[in-house]
Amino acid sequence: MPESRTDKLRKLIQDVAGKPAPADEDESLFESGLLDSFALPDLVSAIEQAFAIKVPDADLNPRKFDSIARIEAYLDSK
Amino acid sequence: MSAYLHRFGRYLPERVVTNAELAARFDRTAEWIENASGIRERRYAVADESIADMAVLAAEDCLRDSREVGLLILASGSGATGFPGPAAEVAHKLGLENTPALDLPIASAGSVFGLALAMRLAEAHGNVLLIASEKMSALIGGDPNTAILFGDGAGAALISRDPGPWRLIDAVLHSDGQYRDDLKSDGTLTMNGLNVILHASRKMPGVIQELLDRNQVAASQVGAFMVHQANLNLLTRVAKTLGVDLEKFFSNIASYGNTSSASMLIAASEWSETNSVQGPVVFCGFGAGFHWGAVLAERS
Repeated sequence: MPESRTDKLRKLIQDVAGKPAPADEDESLFESGLLDSFALPDLVSAIEQAFAIKVPDADLNPRKFDSIARIEAYLDSK
Repeated sequence: MSAYLHRFGRYLPERVVTNAELAARFDRTAEWIENASGIRERRYAVADESIADMAVLAAEDCLRDSREVGLLILASGSGATGFPGPAAEVAHKLGLENTPALDLPIASAGSVFGLALAMRLAEAHGNVLLIASEKMSALIGGDPNTAILFGDGAGAALISRDPGPWRLIDAVLHSDGQYRDDLKSDGTLTMNGLNVILHASRKMPGVIQELLDRNQVAASQVGAFMVHQANLNLLTRVAKTLGVDLEKFFSNIASYGNTSSASMLIAASEWSETNSVQGPVVFCGFGAGFHWGAVLAERS
């Protein structure tokens, strides 16, 4: 069974954070303390590589990457 | 039109403030501060030591006995609001009567903006004295995440149309005011760290690459990167994005912390005393505004 996009995202978040991604897809990755300000650019770069997209400067808003659900919504918009 | 970097200067206040001292004040550990920033200690000016006082001392270190200055540019984001800015006072204290003195109140990117301006104004003014002086300790509030970062100090550079050791080749500057509230001071510094780091980690390597591409220089050819000393974790990411060794990024942030606009010139001053790199040198800054930019120089 192929890996789902959500599973791929969870793996990226775990790789960057060094801890498992939250079960709740709406949980804030920042307020929960999972990601800090330096992990965020690492996560954005990892998303760009994993999904072969370019996140333009205009989209560099932490809120777009604040939860699994928000990242999914951002990827849907691309 | 050619402009040359001749020499640098610096001044750091005597008082050393260690992580242990701040840890006690802000409910953090010294190790946490170092891991979060790469900073071990910073300098604080004494109460009656002003931005102008520090600027004069850095300028004297740069100029030595010469006072042949056609234009003075003073970058400082931590100066008092209102007018006149400190540039006129600094020019007067240096004995530069009737020399035009320009304030650049734009914080961390101030010295790279000043260097780009000096490069273009040297043709008309001859010797341009660029100074960046900051008293960041006066802006620190109760937020530990910002209070641990900043220190005080001043740096200076002499740029001239007369040939010198480094030829200034090109500069790229950018500003984007939609982020002006993410890093600001109205007497107390506030910072949206998530947004500032996210943009700095992309815009700093981005503007360096833009500068290198249009001058047909590969990042691997650059001998040294003289970058605003914001945070060691940020410098690490900028180096990684550019694909160059971190050793090429001169850093003294462990000793002085983030001295805003002054940091790039303080770093250049220390670097120039101990290094004889032959390849091109890239200067880069990013900060409040957001303003960011990069300048390319090479050995003459």
